Amino acid sequence: MKLKQIMQLLSARPLTDVVDEELEISCACASDMMSDVLAFPKEHMILLTGLVNHQVMRTCDMLDIRAVCFTRGKLPTAEALEMANEDGISVIATDLTMFIASGKLYAGGMNNGTIG
Amino acid sequence: MSILKEEFPVAAMDFVTAGEASAQIKRMLKKLGVDPGVIRRLAIACYEAEINLVIHSDGGKLMLELNPDNVTLISEDVGPGIPDIDLAMSEGYSTASDDVRMMGFGAGMGLANMARNADHFNIESIVGEGTKIEMVFDIK
Repeated sequence: MKLKQIMQLLSARPLTDVVDEELEISCACASDMMSDVLAFPKEHMILLTGLVNHQVMRTCDMLDIRAVCFTRGKLPTAEALEMANEDGISVIATDLTMFIASGKLYAGGMNNGTIG
Repeated sequence: MSILKEEFPVAAMDFVTAGEASAQIKRMLKKLGVDPGVIRRLAIACYEAEINLVIHSDGGKLMLELNPDNVTLISEDVGPGIPDIDLAMSEGYSTASDDVRMMGFGAGMGLANMARNADHFNIESIVGEGTKIEMVFDIK
């Protein structure tokens, strides 16, 4: 599934200067605990989270996660967004809760998930 | 003779810079052309170790040594130490504070995750003195 489709399914808006809508995403991880994200990494993964600090981007950098979606209308801190822009991570945001956003992705065909 | 030997100091409770040493190590190994699979496993274990130094120690350091056949990463700290290593190694066990959990860490997965990603893992701890973790990542 491309990031563009994810943005449509979640009615998500872009937050970083560049959002690679053609990015191929094959699974999702929904968690506020970066410890859990680090324990269950997969390739071509999008991270759904409500944690807004810059350690989210640091975790993505370590795991080569190229896309992050903030849920429930939460927005990353300025430091987090700056780090995402520097590292070329595509960041989007949705007003949906993490549960509903996960459900929409699953129903939309992304059932190769990893749950923290 | 090692190809590269570097030390990275890590300050206690500094969440602003937490992870910078791991990011730097990852970049260095990438530049030196180390296998991406090895870098990925090492980056995860290194970040876990760095976060543990920030959360649990009174300060410490990460030591990196790149050899032709492997990469060795040592995490060494001064701090309270670990009274029961078997318990600390079990997934889900954590002594982290609520403040640390608010930062997204302290789920009790760190040590087990380090051991899972390293090819060789050794931990030694003395209560009241500190903890030393040695991890070796084989380059196939």
